[in-house]
Amino acid sequence: MTWTGYGPGVPASLTVPTTSYDVRRHKLRNGLRVVLAPDRSAPVVAVAVYYDVGIRSEPEGRTGFAHLFEHLMFQGSASLEKMEHVNYVISSGGTFNGSTRLDYTNYYEVLPSNALERALFLESDRMRSPRVTEENLRNQIDVVKEEIRVNILNEPYGGFPWLTLPPVLFDTFPNAHNGYGAFEDLEGATVEDASEFFKRYYAPGNAVLAIGGDIDPDEALALVEKHFGDIPRRTTPPRPDFSEPDLTEERRAEHVDRNAATPAVALGWRVPDPVADLDAYLPFVVLAELLTRGDASRLRSRLVHDDHLASDVSASLGFMEDAFDVRDPTAFVVTAHHAADATSDQVVSAIDDELARLVRDGLTDDELGRVQARTAATLLSRNDFVLGRTLAMASLEQQRQEPGLVGELPARIGAVTAEQVVQAARTLRPDRRARLDLIAGGQR
Amino acid sequence: MKRPAARPVPDLGKPRRAKQPTVAERVLGNGLRVVAVRRAGVPMVHTRLRVPFAARRADHLPKRLVLDATMLHGTAKHDRTGLAVALQEVGGALGVSSDPDRLLVRGESLSNGLPRLLELLAEVVTEASYPKAAVEGEVARLQTRLRQRLAQPAEAAAEALRHRLYPGHPYGRDLPSPEETAAVTAASVRALHRRWVVPEGSLLVLVGDISPARTLDQVERALQGWAGEATAAAPAPATPTGGDLTLVDRPGAVQSNLRLGGPALRRTDDDYAALELANVVFGGYFASRLMRNIREDKGYTYGARSALSHGASASAVVLEVDVATEVTAPALVEIGYELGRMATLPVTAAELQSAASYTAGLLALSTATQAGLAATLETLLADGLDVSWLREHPERLAAVTVDEARAQAHQFLAPARLATVVVGDASRVGDELAALGPVTAASDAG
Repeated sequence: MTWTGYGPGVPASLTVPTTSYDVRRHKLRNGLRVVLAPDRSAPVVAVAVYYDVGIRSEPEGRTGFAHLFEHLMFQGSASLEKMEHVNYVISSGGTFNGSTRLDYTNYYEVLPSNALERALFLESDRMRSPRVTEENLRNQIDVVKEEIRVNILNEPYGGFPWLTLPPVLFDTFPNAHNGYGAFEDLEGATVEDASEFFKRYYAPGNAVLAIGGDIDPDEALALVEKHFGDIPRRTTPPRPDFSEPDLTEERRAEHVDRNAATPAVALGWRVPDPVADLDAYLPFVVLAELLTRGDASRLRSRLVHDDHLASDVSASLGFMEDAFDVRDPTAFVVTAHHAADATSDQVVSAIDDELARLVRDGLTDDELGRVQARTAATLLSRNDFVLGRTLAMASLEQQRQEPGLVGELPARIGAVTAEQVVQAARTLRPDRRARLDLIAGGQR
Repeated sequence: MKRPAARPVPDLGKPRRAKQPTVAERVLGNGLRVVAVRRAGVPMVHTRLRVPFAARRADHLPKRLVLDATMLHGTAKHDRTGLAVALQEVGGALGVSSDPDRLLVRGESLSNGLPRLLELLAEVVTEASYPKAAVEGEVARLQTRLRQRLAQPAEAAAEALRHRLYPGHPYGRDLPSPEETAAVTAASVRALHRRWVVPEGSLLVLVGDISPARTLDQVERALQGWAGEATAAAPAPATPTGGDLTLVDRPGAVQSNLRLGGPALRRTDDDYAALELANVVFGGYFASRLMRNIREDKGYTYGARSALSHGASASAVVLEVDVATEVTAPALVEIGYELGRMATLPVTAAELQSAASYTAGLLALSTATQAGLAATLETLLADGLDVSWLREHPERLAAVTVDEARAQAHQFLAPARLATVVVGDASRVGDELAALGPVTAASDAG
């Protein structure tokens, strides 16, 4: 990483540094896009493959399939038996994981850099052909059902609000359905479904490969060619338009959580397109921080410390990703957990009150600068880890063809104006929002 | 689908050695040990101040939880908001947490904000004011949060296992009752701070884009006025034993939370690396025997994890597995089978090699970021080790033999020596569990 100076528009006393990374982009003949980001400060390398298919793309009647398929990608591949992939990563001294989000499914490893070629082989082998058998499919359906039990069915606030708010805010199946999946849909999955899903969505032209850390970019690219270059090109499906019209009046719903001991409420509003209109989207990122991050934030001060209405309050962009790896449509989400002796109406009305005050009086003198400094610092810390940085680059390449944005975001955050933040707050009106009250069924 | 011909898996290249961090160290006149490391990755700095606690009395628990929640609620110079604003101005934050052994104040800021971060840290440790209204507010909030924590099955299970392993010792509890919490006053939290939050015996680790020598001077200037003497360490708990399975009823639960625990070796013990690897082979990573058996073969669980954990005066091996209610007893049978194999049969050389590479790799990753290196160093230094451990431990791991791993597994992974706790729907799992061995019902999840 190199320093290139200080961010624009930031008072001298704060000196939020801007950063940039050496990032190279390539495209193989089969359509695979490659991002190379050398950083030789430690003998560690991160390898990430992002496929441009997520929860929003799974077919009706097959809820949870994108995630189930992620599990199947660990069950053996063209040259490897079940568990061999895992064994090779681990015995090389590395760790691995995969995740399924609204707009992508990713697979990644972080390992000592002498294992780079091995990691590229492992990823290429399953891009070539995963090995899905009836036995492995049934086994992983059981494992996924356990995952759903541990994270959702047996857990207080399980899926709140990331699974429970979207159906209030959205109408269409891609945006509103449960991405973990209904048990009957998971149980109905077949080997043929998996084969079709792989053919359609796991083409090299529908993927991004990012490599960060201790690499020589030319050598790494030669290894990429060696292992991925002969995977045949296939047709890449066009990404559907998932957009929906904005709400025109408040929508409300209730969700009874029999595991929860105390109630909660979540609010969601639609926001500008994060990819097509980043400049209009960034003020919402600053607004989320200004409202709920730290003891100086407005909603935390008011709801938690002054009025004692909430035990916690948080705001985020999106439901399950970070602010910069989701496409349109997405949302500004505020969640508050509260004691049983406060009502959700009291909580929501205090939130409305604070938003109205922000719109009416604007920001205080030093508020914007310090919130920007803190937001930038959080992004810098994420970028300190080669894996965090490489994942971000892969996603930014996939969604924006702009992996270098990873280093520029702190300065872009620093360029947001107070007027833009107020303008963003002005859009968070009751008549545009979805509201979900969580009723605690486990109170005792 | 026609399968392409198998291709060979590439060999590993020649490993490149990691640069070991250079550590600058000073013990201030007031007894505070300061360790600073330059790691320039991003223009940030991360700090960890570790203050020994040596809780003996039962009311220490609710008081320290209130102290955690209110330490940043004001000083002689700043109110809560003023302090938070001052931190934000340097892109910073402070966070307070504690366990029976120590108070931890974590900090971070843009690296050019370090002098300000240190001033504010000094202000908090020497002048935290614990305003009465703030303490009362946080006592009420803490009661809500404790209710929320107790409703989480993993928290209830952890608490039940703590109680089984360390009854009557401060390690035995982390969730005070609402009544105990309600009894905490601002005056008692201030007294706790005065007695325990002292520089003698405390450790401050700083890692980031900093000059270590200049940082030591900055710390000395900021914190030399902090005063106070340490109190003697608390007695160690008795060694945990096995015995009846404890069943905690959670009516209607769709899953059971299985927890097994027992004593383990300290990091400083000669046989530690052998135990560490035996534990990894058994249940410490995705390729472990337990994961292969109950996840990848039987589909009983999403995850099974066995780990070594270390308090100041005791270490433990703890196994955590959550399974569907209907397979609770069968899963426990498989866990007992895998533990029994570990305790009575040797692991293979290949298993040992894989576990050693993984464990060394994980250690390297834990030091790959500023925040990670700060946390790892703090833990090692508090255990009486030093930074050379980072270089030497991979060699110790690689040298462990099959016989050494077997000896440690025999002693620490023997099913008869582990305490077992199950949180689940007793009406559905009680009979089958009783068929496996004696079961004692716990009164409730608390």
